[in-house]
Amino acid sequence: MTELSQHSPALIPLLYLAMAILLPILSLKTDRVAYGYTLAGVFLATVIAGFNVSRILDGSVLHYHFGGWIPPLGIEYVLDPLSAFVTVVINFIALMVLWHSRFPVILEIREKKAPYYAIVLLMLCGFNGIVLTGDFFNLYVFLEISSLSLYGLVAIGEKKSPVAAFRYLMMGAVAASFYLLGVGFLYLETGSLNMADLTRILPVLGEQPSVIVALALMVMGMGIKMALFPLHGWLPDAYTYAPTTTSSLVAPTGTKVGAYVLLRILLFVFGIKFITQAVAIGRVITWLAALGILYGSIMAMTQREMKRMLAYSSIAQIGYIALGIGLGNRWALTGALFHILNHAFMKSLLFLVSGNLRLKLGHSTIPQLDHSVRKKMPWTCAAFTVGALSMVGLPPTAGFFSKLYLVLGTIESSDWAFLGVLLLSSLLNAVYFFRVLEKMYLRPRGKKPGSRDIQSREAPASMLVPTLVLALGILMIGILNFFIVNRLLGLIRPEGLG
Amino acid sequence: MGTAVSYPSLVPLLAVLSSTAAIPLILLSRRHPNLREFWTIAAAVAKFCLILSLLPGTLAGRNAVIRVLTVFPGVDIALRADPLGVLFALIASGLWILTSFYSIGYVRGAREHKQTRYFASFALCLSATIGVAFAANLLTFVLFYEILTIATYPLVVHKETPVSIDAGRKYLVYTLSAGVFLIAGTLYTYHLCGPLDFTAGGLIPSGVLTARSALALFAFLMLGVGVKAAIMPLHSWLPAAMAAPTPVSALLHAVAVVKSGVFGVIRMVGFVFGPGILRQFSLQQILIPAAAITIIAASLIALKQDNLKRRLAYSTVAHLSYIVLGASLLTPRALTGALAHILFHATMKITLFFAAGAIYVNLHKENISEMNGIGRTMPWTMGAFAVGAVGLAGIPPVNGFISKWYLVWGSLDGGLWVPVAVLVLSGLLNVAYFFPIVYIAFFRKGGKELDRKGEAPLTMVIPLVLTALLSLILGFYPDFPLAFFKLIDRISTGVMGGLS
Repeated sequence: MTELSQHSPALIPLLYLAMAILLPILSLKTDRVAYGYTLAGVFLATVIAGFNVSRILDGSVLHYHFGGWIPPLGIEYVLDPLSAFVTVVINFIALMVLWHSRFPVILEIREKKAPYYAIVLLMLCGFNGIVLTGDFFNLYVFLEISSLSLYGLVAIGEKKSPVAAFRYLMMGAVAASFYLLGVGFLYLETGSLNMADLTRILPVLGEQPSVIVALALMVMGMGIKMALFPLHGWLPDAYTYAPTTTSSLVAPTGTKVGAYVLLRILLFVFGIKFITQAVAIGRVITWLAALGILYGSIMAMTQREMKRMLAYSSIAQIGYIALGIGLGNRWALTGALFHILNHAFMKSLLFLVSGNLRLKLGHSTIPQLDHSVRKKMPWTCAAFTVGALSMVGLPPTAGFFSKLYLVLGTIESSDWAFLGVLLLSSLLNAVYFFRVLEKMYLRPRGKKPGSRDIQSREAPASMLVPTLVLALGILMIGILNFFIVNRLLGLIRPEGLG
Repeated sequence: MGTAVSYPSLVPLLAVLSSTAAIPLILLSRRHPNLREFWTIAAAVAKFCLILSLLPGTLAGRNAVIRVLTVFPGVDIALRADPLGVLFALIASGLWILTSFYSIGYVRGAREHKQTRYFASFALCLSATIGVAFAANLLTFVLFYEILTIATYPLVVHKETPVSIDAGRKYLVYTLSAGVFLIAGTLYTYHLCGPLDFTAGGLIPSGVLTARSALALFAFLMLGVGVKAAIMPLHSWLPAAMAAPTPVSALLHAVAVVKSGVFGVIRMVGFVFGPGILRQFSLQQILIPAAAITIIAASLIALKQDNLKRRLAYSTVAHLSYIVLGASLLTPRALTGALAHILFHATMKITLFFAAGAIYVNLHKENISEMNGIGRTMPWTMGAFAVGAVGLAGIPPVNGFISKWYLVWGSLDGGLWVPVAVLVLSGLLNVAYFFPIVYIAFFRKGGKELDRKGEAPLTMVIPLVLTALLSLILGFYPDFPLAFFKLIDRISTGVMGGLS
């Protein structure tokens, strides 16, 4: 075990990679194993991720050198509090969503089940790799692995999904090129691709134009990947038309990975001093984030389809995280990190609920919901309520506390405009979530010719239990927030943080 | 009176949780209404007894404290049974017992649907209210204040008619907006001062605030609590919320929710800013005119309402501003009057709402113009109504006289004549909008539909007679059932101690 634990930073991506390759071979004859196999793999990864967190709680940082090559020559994997935190979030959410995926995948993907799960595993390999690697070029490789898998996972959905996927592919390819170009500039200027190495070199170099260009390009690339306003164009269609499992999996994790990279680049590699004094890129990001928050919330209010509403809400919520990163003070950063966790829980929960509704009612169109939904699916509705209250930021749910930290962050840096945006956004959230709650709980049943929803009952256990676990998680995170913030997020301290 | 000491105790937490604990039991026994209602009554009695057990300690200057969780460095979720908290908690939980009995009669008499949800939400509301009362610091206060907002929503929309759904929307828009202001104000206070523990006489150290930041902070916090306190122009959710069943209007929209608002005003004035800072920046000059205008304007609007519950709602708006006015005059006697009015208005207004509900269940009448002669049919109900009306007009011997007396006295202490005039005028307006109801009920001849009707069910009549009786007794002996006035005295001295 001690032997194995030394490899723990690299273990998760390798596990996913091996499993993704093995799955198509295993399911040559029958694809029955695919679900259980994938679930077992993600469970194992989650356990490892949890174990990893327990190893960095004392503040230590683990390095793993691939092939024994010492960085900056070789590729290095780094397990520090930030990467440990993000991997545990990603893998836990993936576990819940994939647990839930049994019936949605049978229903929506049908005969392509095994390839679907194989691509899911490949995408998770990419996500975990991006988070754990300590090398900018290696990060690009994982970025492409995850993005290419993602295009496939989106395109497999409804009739309109190939178009959405193609649009996503175009923008994603541009994003990757931007990022790669930025890395190229950095390499030209410094001769290094290793993050830790660059952290040491960049302050010496100072404010070179090429370094600034590199930073701008990398931020642009990541801005597209995380759907930072106004680079979000691909997101609404992709999330709406993708299969249930894809959108539930990608909405909470995919954009978070982009946010992670942005955070890593801005606050850790370039440093707060650089992004506030050399170029006001932090400022630019906060303004874009604020606009994104308002845009996403307002668009979400006007949507008829629940998945599309959630997609626009994601743009707004990404804005929260980007705002926290851009403000760059300790409260705002805590808020951003805590919101990565909270939003992952909330968004996956809400997408799973839309999946439950689709399975049982055959649709998730908001104007068609009425109070018969609550009678048939009381638990699903209760879970939705918890998620909605958390999105609005009402106590004692998790969302209340990330709102507290973010608001405190704006006050700390005396940004009253952003304070106003956050407060307004929480009210806009209330509008579009209570719109759904009102329909779900209070709207009298419309007279419709007998559809198949008459006999339907609550969603099956494999869908209901993960939904409820996430709902419970939101309440627990709310109650235990100080423990999480203090013991884990408190360890994530970039240099020069005010 | 020496300074208060604190001792650790679980009782405040148990008092908060006792009704939440009843919710699963209420939900589980949804098929057995009698058992379900038993849980509500049991929780109400347990809650009241727990709070009662805190009273002797608090009167002796020993406050029970419990720290539950840490949220920010230096800020905990903590509960503390200080005199103000105990006063409010006693009022809310004591009246909950009566309201529970009354509710049983009401929902069964009016054949309300979804009774389980109704009783469960009610229990959650009471938990949140006691949480608001016992909150030891601003953040805990915000937490329970927001929970109260959400817990009340299902009760406002209970009837599920388009009118009540609209009322629910209005309610959420007002209260959630208030919530974000309150959160912003709280965090701004944290940013400026650090710890947020409520301190009698003010928690903000002098010299921290500038004129601008004081005004901003005051605006944030007052907008936050002002909505539930229904200070004009933030009041219009309250008449709309009358779409809720009458017991909800009685306990929540005359006692628990709206009093959480004025309780919040007193917390902000007396325990966050403190009279010193308010005077330094003349912030009370904002609150006094707002309250005065609200008192007169709401009374004038009340005159024109034909729907009995809406008239009561506007009367509530006016009387809540009595309390706000008393708190903002910054003299010990005015504060005493304000605190006494929290209790006295509660007993009187709940009587009136109980009566309105009894009329509705028994005779299906909601409009005053249809109430000719009902006093002969329902003598006990309308007798109690008359007692409440006399009290609210500030006429002795009912308790409303005492609080008004103190308010007038307090504004004279402060050398202010306008509030005195406002209070006197408001008394006349109260007479004008309540006495005609009493008059037509007893002295006009009723229609034929009244012939074979009698009193409302006993579970409704007994609570409302009890609250009317309580209003009368408190008018003679303000300390009668419990040492309310001693408690009020302690709070006044604590807040104003250093000044007068």
